[in-house]
Amino acid sequence: MKTICLYFQVHQPFRFRRYRFFDIGESHYYYDDFSNESIMRKVAGKCYLPANQAIFELIEKYGDRFKVTYSISGVALDQFELYAPEVLESFKRLAGTGQVEFLAETYSHSLVSLADTDEFKSQVAEHSSRIESLFGLKPEVFRNTELVYSDEIGAIVAEMGYKAMLTEGAKHILGWKSPNYLYYNAINPRLKVLLKNYKLSDDIAFRFSNQGWNEWPLTAEKYVGWLKNLDKKEEIVNLFMDYETFGEHQWAETGIFQFLKALPGLVLKNKEFSFSTPTEIAARLQPVAAIHVPFPISWADEERDLSAWLGNDMQNEAFNKLYSLREMVKKTNDDEILTDWRYLQVSDHFYYMSTKFFSDGEVHKYFNPYESPYDAFINYMNVLSDFTSRINDLVGNTELETAQLKKLIRERDEQVALLQEEVTRLKEKKKPVVGPVEGTNGENVGVHKGVKSIQDKSGGDLPVDERKSKKPGVSNKQAAGSASKKVAGKKTSGKSPAKSRKNG
Amino acid sequence: MFGWEFPPHISGGLGTACYGLTRGMSHIAGLDVTFVVPKMWGDEDQSTIRLLAAGNFPIRKKHVEMKGFLREMTFLEVHSRIVPYMSPEEYEKIDKETTAGTNVYFNTEQIGKLNFTGTYGPDLFQEIANYSLVAAVIADDISFDIIHAHDWLTYPAGIAAKAVSGKPLVIHVHATDFDRSGGSVNPGVFEIEKRGMEIADKIIAVSNLTRNTVIEKYGIDPDKVVTVYNAVEPLEVNLGTEYRKPVKEKIVTFLGRITLQKGPEYFIEAASKVLKKSPNVRFVMAGSGDMFPRMIKRAASLGITDKFHFTGFLKGQDVNKMFAISDLYVMPSVSEPFGISPLEAMQSNVPVIISHQSGVSEILRHAIKIDFWDIDAMADAIYGILHYDALSESFKKYGKTEVDNLKWENSALHVKKVYDTVLSQQ
Repeated sequence: MKTICLYFQVHQPFRFRRYRFFDIGESHYYYDDFSNESIMRKVAGKCYLPANQAIFELIEKYGDRFKVTYSISGVALDQFELYAPEVLESFKRLAGTGQVEFLAETYSHSLVSLADTDEFKSQVAEHSSRIESLFGLKPEVFRNTELVYSDEIGAIVAEMGYKAMLTEGAKHILGWKSPNYLYYNAINPRLKVLLKNYKLSDDIAFRFSNQGWNEWPLTAEKYVGWLKNLDKKEEIVNLFMDYETFGEHQWAETGIFQFLKALPGLVLKNKEFSFSTPTEIAARLQPVAAIHVPFPISWADEERDLSAWLGNDMQNEAFNKLYSLREMVKKTNDDEILTDWRYLQVSDHFYYMSTKFFSDGEVHKYFNPYESPYDAFINYMNVLSDFTSRINDLVGNTELETAQLKKLIRERDEQVALLQEEVTRLKEKKKPVVGPVEGTNGENVGVHKGVKSIQDKSGGDLPVDERKSKKPGVSNKQAAGSASKKVAGKKTSGKSPAKSRKNG
Repeated sequence: MFGWEFPPHISGGLGTACYGLTRGMSHIAGLDVTFVVPKMWGDEDQSTIRLLAAGNFPIRKKHVEMKGFLREMTFLEVHSRIVPYMSPEEYEKIDKETTAGTNVYFNTEQIGKLNFTGTYGPDLFQEIANYSLVAAVIADDISFDIIHAHDWLTYPAGIAAKAVSGKPLVIHVHATDFDRSGGSVNPGVFEIEKRGMEIADKIIAVSNLTRNTVIEKYGIDPDKVVTVYNAVEPLEVNLGTEYRKPVKEKIVTFLGRITLQKGPEYFIEAASKVLKKSPNVRFVMAGSGDMFPRMIKRAASLGITDKFHFTGFLKGQDVNKMFAISDLYVMPSVSEPFGISPLEAMQSNVPVIISHQSGVSEILRHAIKIDFWDIDAMADAIYGILHYDALSESFKKYGKTEVDNLKWENSALHVKKVYDTVLSQQ
């Protein structure tokens, strides 16, 4: 017996508009509505709607013998709502059949699992609750963006309560082992791991219409023949691919829909085959071994690593800058900021910056709205600069800078008190020195440097306990005024010099 | 091979390209190059080729049978007004010359040598005619298999040499008058170019951009035109000449003739946009040309002259120094057949922004490419490179490798292939 797991990834990024540096601080709208809408409409018409229809008909025909699994990114869901609500409806109809499973992923289709565990967890939770509210099904299996997986990421996913996770059956991870069995996480054995059979998956996803391929044209009969030729003992065949394979990457003219419609029937003619969802597989099959993945893998390119997203300096710089903002973003608690924060994280932005496409050609170029990775980087960084300054405006002044200011004020107070002390001391000792000392005192209040130099001169003479004497009210205020000058600018800067003159 | 200039006496990229190409050719066994220039100054690098000066060839003893051709040259003199590619300081209005009928009189020194200035001046058309006359003499005098003429100035020489020797002619289009004039083509120059292209057995263009111009504007059969990209000479390591930046600010450089073709005004407009947003930058416009006064006025009217500097014409070490202190090089050319200077900048680890309207953009990957008129895109790219460090780091990392792989040896091999096809067709 062998069971086939058909899993489709549904995702569309929010593409940024040309965001020039003059826009920084001027305009806070980052998105290319025209291309986002037109691409979504195009893909909905060519792929999502006809493919969903085909899947729906297959389920009607074969009942519970045919099952399909989807993962739809939160970003794609947002775009369906905006531009193609009928796609959302057709997914709901599929969910209603009971033969479809929806997986959890990061809401933003992000690479956050590589950057920040807390943010990762919260994005997954956000996505899961969105899926549940839309389709009435709570995801029990997780797939990470671009099938990124490592032992540690798996352990975190297990901690969140997921039963299984999907990833790439990368050759360098598997070695002699076959992807056609169930495995478990090397740190937490309770998490089952399903591995993509990349040969059979990519035959459909990438090679289907390639006329230079020696197996072209690929028919459902031929494909089922390959399935039958697999080792008898093997238990699962994980066919994972982008949903856009149907009608978008492989155009309808190539016969991809006929292939999709014919395949389940031909598969089910053989008693040894069935279709299952990941949850069923995780519950039913015994894992054969642990899978060790010390360094993150993905389903992209020949290397199956992260180099398409985090492979050069620009990508790393953008990625690190982005995630350094996380604490601040949380503090803003502002809806618009949070939305932009989500869309800034979409992995596609980093993909556009890949310098690999110079050598790895076609696929990268096809998805890339930018002329070069450099253009992509500049645009992204411009957006990020504006985003950063918005957060700073919201959070910076109110919290971080007030903390700094308070500290500054406290220091000034101590210094002023110190000086007061000296003034009184000098007044007691000698009579005529009053004038000059008061003069310097007055300047202190207004001018930062003055305070320091006076402190240097007088600080040494004073016993420590004398510094803690009471702070005179007036000086206190003035000190505060001069400190806040740095931030508030015009507010007090005019006053201080005037006052010092009076004092003198 | 006929050229008009040879390093170190150059006014543009033509001399540099000829030098690089001949150097590259010297690596090919069984290929000997005789390079003819109008005048030799004595300090040219002759290590790899034989350099002949047309001015050293006595012509009196030779009888040249080229009446029809000379008539045409004379005709051209009458109508020539603009002298392209002239060294800009020498710019002056050229008076109309009238030469009557078919009786052409050549000024010769006592022993019958024609006098060549070797620069681009008002007598250029006369010199072109003289040069072609000498070419015919040389063609009769030395043995060779193929004639290679660089740019329109030497096409008549190439044609003359072909007529005398019957050997095939390859012309090398480094630029056309459409590039130089920005559309208002000099009919005289056009005529020489077109005639050269028609008579040539094969045409080498320095980019597909130029190839298309040759095909479309001059009506040449596409099969006859081949693209061979230029390359760049490896940078000589100057020990002990570390340049230090004179200012704290980042420096953005434009380096080239300040003429319509090079798009200097777009650079100024973009600079003004950048300065509005981030004053911590300095812009340098290095070079000279007929648009120089206008550019100064424009910079002044934009009120950016405190951050926008003009250096005048730079040569030799000064160019290297300029690159060494630059943080970014911009080439906003309106029409640039190839454009070697961005490659030189990249050799010095300077990131480059180039226009789509340049031949070099067809082969460079690690550069930002913009349309020359798109000032917003240019300003944005300048800002991005200056502010996002990872970007210039990436450029340095990949750009240097990329440019180091553009070798004249490869271009020379390509040219050799062209020779082979031409010779096999004979």
